[in-house]
Amino acid sequence: MSVLVIAEQRDGKLNRATWETIAAAQQAGGPLRVAVIGAAVEAVAGELAAAECERVIAVEDQALGEYTADGFVLALSALIEQEQPALVFLPHTYQTRDFAPALAARLGRPLITDVTGVKKDGDRLVCVRPMFQGKLNADVAAGGPPPHLVTCQIGAFRADSAARGAAAAPVVKAAVAVDVSRIRQKPEAPFKEAKQAVDLSQASRIVAVGRGIKAQENLKVAEQLAQALGAELAASRPICDAGWLPMDRQIGSSGQTVAPKLYVALGISGAIQHLVGMKGSRTIVAINKDADAPIFEVADYGIVGDLFEVIPAIVAELNRS
Amino acid sequence: MKTAVCIKQVVTREWQLRVNDQKTWIRDADASFELNEPDAYALEEALRLKEKHGGEVVVCCAGPARATQVIREALARGADRAIHVESDAFTAADGATVAEALASAVRDEQFDLVLTGLQSDDQGFGQVGVVLAEKLGMPHATIIMDVQVQEGGLRVKRELEGGWFQWVALPMPALLTIQSGINQLRYATLKGIMAAKKKEIRKAAAPAGSEPLQKILSLYVPEKAKQTQLLGGSAADAAKQLVVKLRDEARVLQ
Repeated sequence: MSVLVIAEQRDGKLNRATWETIAAAQQAGGPLRVAVIGAAVEAVAGELAAAECERVIAVEDQALGEYTADGFVLALSALIEQEQPALVFLPHTYQTRDFAPALAARLGRPLITDVTGVKKDGDRLVCVRPMFQGKLNADVAAGGPPPHLVTCQIGAFRADSAARGAAAAPVVKAAVAVDVSRIRQKPEAPFKEAKQAVDLSQASRIVAVGRGIKAQENLKVAEQLAQALGAELAASRPICDAGWLPMDRQIGSSGQTVAPKLYVALGISGAIQHLVGMKGSRTIVAINKDADAPIFEVADYGIVGDLFEVIPAIVAELNRS
Repeated sequence: MKTAVCIKQVVTREWQLRVNDQKTWIRDADASFELNEPDAYALEEALRLKEKHGGEVVVCCAGPARATQVIREALARGADRAIHVESDAFTAADGATVAEALASAVRDEQFDLVLTGLQSDDQGFGQVGVVLAEKLGMPHATIIMDVQVQEGGLRVKRELEGGWFQWVALPMPALLTIQSGINQLRYATLKGIMAAKKKEIRKAAAPAGSEPLQKILSLYVPEKAKQTQLLGGSAADAAKQLVVKLRDEARVLQ
């Protein structure tokens, strides 16, 4: 099964998740090609040529300088028709999420998103991915004529396990026609919200709260634990969505990524969007009433119980010792 | 402005999931269900746009008969009417199938704007909205945190990774997938619940079935990546053990 990896770059800088996707594509087997599209991608293509692959395909077009869903669907649907791969692998970034379903629909082909593992079953590829907020995993297979599209969850495959070639792979240029008049989205420059007051990535201990905290007034229970541990207070997305804590204390794919020496998750179920932001923490403690919560999959220590009994007990114990 | 909001009924977060005998879906015969959370934010955004700019909000759902529960709830929150493409086949259908069903229901309605949540809390493929845009020939933008109506179209704030955002302008009609947290949700009032009973739910036939493009081969509880030490006993016992572990084993208290 020949695989085409679509690399992600912005302003000539390669997104590291591309290497994870290359590692996943190598596991899927078959001759590998890597494509990168943009306005000026020569340097990135050169970087990608280190991968063990048949060739790197560089598609340069001024219309692809700024990301737009329409521009990328036009360019990639044309490229895929030229290359005729059996599989197309992409990193499951926010950018991919924006265009890949439209690309699959335009090609009339299946798209399996957020994949965490790949297995070969004869000449068929079986993809493993989370469902039900990570509480279950599913083996999913695509059917019908190729190509089948797959996006790889960030952090699920190891970038450093991507095989490098003995010599640099050839870089070839490919041309695709991108009709600018068919690009309907007009993007402005990306920006960061000004008030990013807290840099949680520097904290050595973090106490994070999730839905299990139930009400804003209960936050003081978590604050007491944070204080006793000398920790920063943080939260999963729903808590910030509700306005109970400011957005800059959010951990996860849409917030900050942290790796403190201690991470205490209080009433956080552990949806993947949260896990990607904290699973690099050295020691993870999870306290949750649901023994099946996915957070326990990454926790070193777990307590299944009522937050409002367990937290005060820990605070009392810390203050005693 | 005439807005469609596509919604899905999913099992509640608290529901204890059990896999069915074929291991292809969950046992949901006696489950409790709720409105998919990102869709609730999409509905709220549509209601706010209507309050500001006038028009109509139509709820669209491709789901089994029991999905009437969340359709009624959306009507109670303020949507004007609903279209229900009803089939048991949609319970565990893939994104392309659901998008095709929704497309068949909304195509002739000439909506200015179509909103969906960014993904479902059950399968979570995150594609129905964008595939629907492609099927309707509309431009789209995803993971939206703000919607401004301006001359000739929309200006929307896309969420990017790691605290980055981007404004994107696009012409209408357009489709947006809405991110949770874009607004504060309202809940149905008693008046809304009473009014919803009189609102129209138009049933639409599911389009002729095409072969699904993908299939769930098996559904199972994931293996743990880490060996978690579960600390048991009373709250006080567990707390005592934890503090000892953190101090002497993990050494993270100094």
